[in-house]
Amino acid sequence: MTASETKLIEIANRIYNAMKSGDIPEISVSSRNRDNIVLDPRYLVWRYGDNFVTRTAKTLDGAEYILKAIDVIEFVMEMKRTSKTSTLREMYYISEGWGLGKFHTQDESNLLSEDLEVISSLMREDFNLRPEENGASVIGNITIEEKNRKGEFKTINCRDDVGDGGYGIPYNVESEKLKFKSVDADFVLAIETGGMFDRLVENGFDEKMRSVLIHLKGQPARSTRRLLKRINDELHLPIYVFTDGDPWSFRIFASVAYGAIKTAHISHYLAVPTAEFIGVTATDILTYKLPTDKLTDKDIQALNAELKDPRFQTEFWKREIETMLQTGKKAEQQALAKYGLDYVTDTYLPEKLSSPGME
Amino acid sequence: MPKKPQEFSVNREISISEFFEKNRHILGFDSPIKSLFMIVKEALDNSLDACEEYGIIPEISVTIERLEKDEYRITIDDNGPGIDRRDVPSVFGKLLYGSRFHGMRQSRGQQGIGITASVMYGQITTGKPTMVITKREGEDVGYYFELGINIKENSGRIFVEKPIITDKGHGTSVSITAKGKYQIGKQSVIEYLRETAAVNPNMELRFTDPDNRTITFKRVVEYPSRRSTPVKPFPPGLELGEIQQMGMETKYDNMVDFLSQEFSRVSKKTAMELLQISNIPQDMNPSELDSAKGKSLMNAFTQIKLMNPPVDSLSPLGSDFIRKGLRNVYGEINPSFYSKPVMRPPAIYNGNPFSVEVGIVYGGDLPADQQVSIIRYANKVPLLFQPGACAITRAVAETDWRSYGLDQRSGTGIPFGPMMILVHVLGTRLPFTSESKEAIAGVPEIIEEIKNALRISGRSLKTYMNKKDRRLKVMEKYRIVSEIIPEIARKAASVTGNDVPPIDDVISKIANVILVTEDFSSIPEGISVQCRVFNYTTIPRSIKIYPDPPAGELSGEQKAWDLIDVPPSGSSAFSFIVSNVQGKYDGTVYYFEGQDVTKVQGADPLPGDWNIQEVDIIQESAADDSK
Repeated sequence: MTASETKLIEIANRIYNAMKSGDIPEISVSSRNRDNIVLDPRYLVWRYGDNFVTRTAKTLDGAEYILKAIDVIEFVMEMKRTSKTSTLREMYYISEGWGLGKFHTQDESNLLSEDLEVISSLMREDFNLRPEENGASVIGNITIEEKNRKGEFKTINCRDDVGDGGYGIPYNVESEKLKFKSVDADFVLAIETGGMFDRLVENGFDEKMRSVLIHLKGQPARSTRRLLKRINDELHLPIYVFTDGDPWSFRIFASVAYGAIKTAHISHYLAVPTAEFIGVTATDILTYKLPTDKLTDKDIQALNAELKDPRFQTEFWKREIETMLQTGKKAEQQALAKYGLDYVTDTYLPEKLSSPGME
Repeated sequence: MPKKPQEFSVNREISISEFFEKNRHILGFDSPIKSLFMIVKEALDNSLDACEEYGIIPEISVTIERLEKDEYRITIDDNGPGIDRRDVPSVFGKLLYGSRFHGMRQSRGQQGIGITASVMYGQITTGKPTMVITKREGEDVGYYFELGINIKENSGRIFVEKPIITDKGHGTSVSITAKGKYQIGKQSVIEYLRETAAVNPNMELRFTDPDNRTITFKRVVEYPSRRSTPVKPFPPGLELGEIQQMGMETKYDNMVDFLSQEFSRVSKKTAMELLQISNIPQDMNPSELDSAKGKSLMNAFTQIKLMNPPVDSLSPLGSDFIRKGLRNVYGEINPSFYSKPVMRPPAIYNGNPFSVEVGIVYGGDLPADQQVSIIRYANKVPLLFQPGACAITRAVAETDWRSYGLDQRSGTGIPFGPMMILVHVLGTRLPFTSESKEAIAGVPEIIEEIKNALRISGRSLKTYMNKKDRRLKVMEKYRIVSEIIPEIARKAASVTGNDVPPIDDVISKIANVILVTEDFSSIPEGISVQCRVFNYTTIPRSIKIYPDPPAGELSGEQKAWDLIDVPPSGSSAFSFIVSNVQGKYDGTVYYFEGQDVTKVQGADPLPGDWNIQEVDIIQESAADDSK
């Protein structure tokens, strides 16, 4: 039995032993919310604190949760025995056959498999489960080796060997699957939107500024963040994050730099604490007189929540969030096109990169 | 502003008919649609009042025939006491007829103008006389009249009067031909009849519409409505003019006798005290009460503490009428809950006693996403018009329904939810917003009493919902221990490669209770229920279970079941049939005896008044069987 199998069986054992000694079975898991994340001084990322949620079979929800957890463990053990993997969505559909333990929504099955990761200190990959989302793309002078389906490592230069779409990041970016060969760049620019990514590619920003461009595709997938982390750790390139100027984009940056609340159990593995935010900030909106939209009620709620979020308790973020609340305005990164298509690459980014101006 | 009718004195009655001819909107005859409605309403109200006064169980038919495009004949035929032939001209032809001041009581019609106005309206719009057939009990013949109104003289004009042979024991039939327009909808004849039927479940009402379709509201209660007793007027509730007029009409020739004999709650001693305060000679003739003396007498009333007025003059619907009436008329929407009707003790407004009754119907096919519907009644008469101006609507809107489980933004306004609220305000002299009596005026005392009644009903609604919630919780617990825990044990054993562990200890820790559960299904006789009692505690338990179906009745003799020594982790079951269920069955309420409250889920401790409730149920079944 592998180490990960032992850890999974251990969860089932605890339930079994509780029942054998006549106790109500229960499962405890770190509470996964904003109030239970603390700064890990070793890695400078945010991880779960000491608050636990206990799901007990005393309630219907709790009892169903425990049953589903055992069902998932049984399913994972079976996949490991037969060397299969499945997507989270496939597991959701497979659960149709689990009778009482069937999932009602895919959110429910996703959350439960994340809970199991947290409890067992394992990764989703250890469960032979993978996300259906494909990772985002990379363009820049970085050469990697990726193991293909035949089991051979294939060398790819992410500038010369790819089309305009760039190199597609696979869901597994661990070294057994993806190795770095060489890099000739000074930094990584992680970009939120496809439109801006394409603009920078078309303007040749990667070559002009000796940079690696990575498209985050909105809230970045685990593999995208893991790749950023590995590039930062292993190739020692600084990471800059370039997003829209709105509360949701601030959260995208936080998940890259500090760790996401949902995956705080593996923040040390995914987050790049030295990543820097280069905009669009609330101050940029004023400085560059960008075309804006009014904040919606939901935006305002999100900003207020961020004011209470431990990850945003810095002078920089407090100032930016409060400025945005005061002006009541947000802007997209593509609003920079107001000054022409080259403005972002010729003026805005060089200015911001020379003095990112935070912390 | 129209003048109040009581301000017309007898010697001006000649002009009353003229006045109303010119101002008929004051009485509600302001459009062709509404005029038709008013005629039906006035005649039906009179019939019901008469039946109630004589203790008759009413049987009434209402027929509307279309004679021409805009001309209709409206006929209301009742089994009331009939009218003395000598009174017919006054009853139908004279406004303000009827004893008003010497017997204060609650009745539907109050001002003696409704039916006369209807006769007059028919006469003005079509020129055709009203036909009346009436027969009194014990008389050999009935009388047939064709009559109208002498508007100048405020008196009836009889065109034809002849005795006729009728096979009817007693009753009156009135046929009025009038211009009008027939329509259906929220403010229509049919809605008025439906709402009237809802609070008169002892009435058999047959309605035939202009297209010759017949609708029957069946009788479900076999006894007459509660009758109000006329009482003498209570001084603080009177106007100066009314006291003066009583002074003119009284047979007593001195103030002491006048005050102590003609008014309630005034003794001889009080009368003398009043006269002393107001400086009126004791032996003054009451007809000499001028306005200066009247005013000081009125003032004296405010300085003396009189006992509260007698409340026998009130005639509430009573909870049996409300419950059965609602069930009879609105049963087709399959409500899941009928609240126990609430009646407030009588209160006083401006010297006049009044009270409030409320009934609530919840669930079923009522729309959950719309405002609740409010059925308003004043003295048993449905109020269909001017809901916004009415004290009832205001009281509903000013009550915070959120704590009773309804949707209501910011706790004011008409709440949303699958609910109907019946509110009946009754009193000897209710304040209306206008002479057509379409809405109760927003008097603070009345609004407050309506709110009190609504709050009590709201609490019973909440209790019902809590019980429903608790039933759900019991079912959840039952699922945990009967299905999920065994499954967890099986799966945990198989994943870890062990034998399935025993689970009794776990189960008694999760549900250390006696669980009362049920399964039910429809059978031809009603609802077949199996109640199963699980003992999840660690020792044998005995318990006595009393099922109480919220709808329908328990059939058979047995009303309670003794379950002796149900073993730990074991169960025991019994079955029964619930009959007379209308609509969807929502589950049985169970009561128990013989165990601690904390040890039982799915049943409530037997209430102290259980036997009283049983009497109630017997009464209900007796009435229901006969329908």
